[in-house]
Amino acid sequence: MIKFDKSRNRGLLYFILITVTIVWTAPLIWSFIASTRPLNEALGRGDVFFGTRLSIDSFRKALSLAPFGRYFINTFILVIMVFAVQLVTVLLAAFAFARYSFKGKNLLFMFILLQMMIPTAALLVPNFSTIRALNIYDTILAIGIPYFGSAFGVFLLRQMFLSIPEALISAGIIDGCSWWQLLIHIYIPQSVSTITAFGISSVSWHWNEFLWPLIITRSDKARPLTAGLVRFTQMGEIGAQWALLSAATVLVVLPLLAAFLIFQKNFMQGFLHSGIK
Amino acid sequence: MKKKQFNYLPYLLISPTLFFVTMFTVWPTFLSIYQSLFKQRLNIAKYRTPSFIGLDNYFELLKDSDFINVLKNTMIYVLGTVPITIAAAFILAVLLNNKFKGSGLFRLAIFYPSILPMVSAATIWMFFFTPDYGLFNSTISFLGYTGPQNWTVNPNLALISVMIVAFWKNAGYFMIFYLAGIQNIPGTVYEAAKIDGAGPIKTMIAITIPLLRRSTLFITTIAFIGAFQAVDHIFVLTSGGPSDRSTVLLFYLWQQRFENLNVGKAATITVILIIILLFFTISNFLLSEKKEGSDD
Repeated sequence: MIKFDKSRNRGLLYFILITVTIVWTAPLIWSFIASTRPLNEALGRGDVFFGTRLSIDSFRKALSLAPFGRYFINTFILVIMVFAVQLVTVLLAAFAFARYSFKGKNLLFMFILLQMMIPTAALLVPNFSTIRALNIYDTILAIGIPYFGSAFGVFLLRQMFLSIPEALISAGIIDGCSWWQLLIHIYIPQSVSTITAFGISSVSWHWNEFLWPLIITRSDKARPLTAGLVRFTQMGEIGAQWALLSAATVLVVLPLLAAFLIFQKNFMQGFLHSGIK
Repeated sequence: MKKKQFNYLPYLLISPTLFFVTMFTVWPTFLSIYQSLFKQRLNIAKYRTPSFIGLDNYFELLKDSDFINVLKNTMIYVLGTVPITIAAAFILAVLLNNKFKGSGLFRLAIFYPSILPMVSAATIWMFFFTPDYGLFNSTISFLGYTGPQNWTVNPNLALISVMIVAFWKNAGYFMIFYLAGIQNIPGTVYEAAKIDGAGPIKTMIAITIPLLRRSTLFITTIAFIGAFQAVDHIFVLTSGGPSDRSTVLLFYLWQQRFENLNVGKAATITVILIIILLFFTISNFLLSEKKEGSDD
């Protein structure tokens, strides 16, 4: 490994990393700064940072032009709903694949893994027809339902379940546990960190998804934050009012950034797992 | 331990997952293949009811200069973002692997864009790209750039502008896979190299890069899969323009189905997209299975 113990090398290392950090954070920081400008002070050449005073007018205006609170609640309902249903479907299927041998097991496992091979994003056109046929167009349920089964989750949890020591399971069986008691008292407690990682990857995936929610919603009652933000940026009256646009963006990313800073480690673990997808 | 008589329980347990996979993965795949054999356009009265035309949709697409242009843009996008992003991720991981003052903070600063929705990342960059006073143009002008300012509406720069955003967003994401990979390399390997008198560059080429081969393969496949599906930032920054210069496959698919209401053509593009993605996802899957199966 390259060691940067010589002071010259260390200086160079810091120079590179500080430059990268500035480049990486500048777009976000600039948005934060611009969002505090009073609405009537347009940005211009040489005058691109703070306005004459700090103002939250652009946040107020953004909230009055689009129901960001509603979008936020919709997104929240969406990610909780998807993860709650996934938790049930995934835990049951992973348990079956890890614990039992049954006819057609491998074939059925491969069948489920098809979902990892054909990303749902590519199937938005036929899934749109299905949603129309089910008569749930323009609902939060419609955004989430294609993801209620998760091959990725089944795959991940099955791996985890297979690594649980057999002695632990035998002890449970001797104690007279039924299958669901085994699942609840032995399998799940042993797998909390994997379930957490899966949860974070599921929640952030659905929090961030845009194209599917865009085509499957039409009204603000179901529209999540991502689709709401894009609609906002394309509203006629917004134009190039950067303070306003920045405020809307900040409204969307701030809760995420806060959650990320609090749960950094879990986030990184979750993202590491999500790569398998 | 394992039940010997017929047990319906495991089938019951996997049935919810089977149901949703059938309904939203297998069925739509077959539906697309079926619909791709028909001519159907919802906005033209005489084509509203589907009529069977065999493989004509495929032949027409391959002759369609718009589609060829879209494929070209997609290839430029994919081949222009994936290698550079991975190379940057690798270098950053090597630099940040050592624990030193501030290393955690640097990691955070580079990783945070991965957690943002692509649409808000794109909104942030739309502002950053503003002509004249935008910080992006101000900075590169200061560094000597004299080209056009309006990146997102310039025919030659629009696609590059969305590629820049993807690079910025994904480098930190791929970096954490490399960081995890580097941590799995035993320290003794480096000690041995040091005893043999290998310098840092030699160590990197002879040890770090080969030992991270598996991470690289893995990152490469997820990067390709992601790049072929990348579309959100295009909606925000360029809407595929100007004159389709930044239209990529998934954006084109959306346009054909929801703007041109061309069901047959959209189904055909879906099938083509599935074939491309299958190629990468199957290799990804084989790689991760291999990764699980052995422990070197």
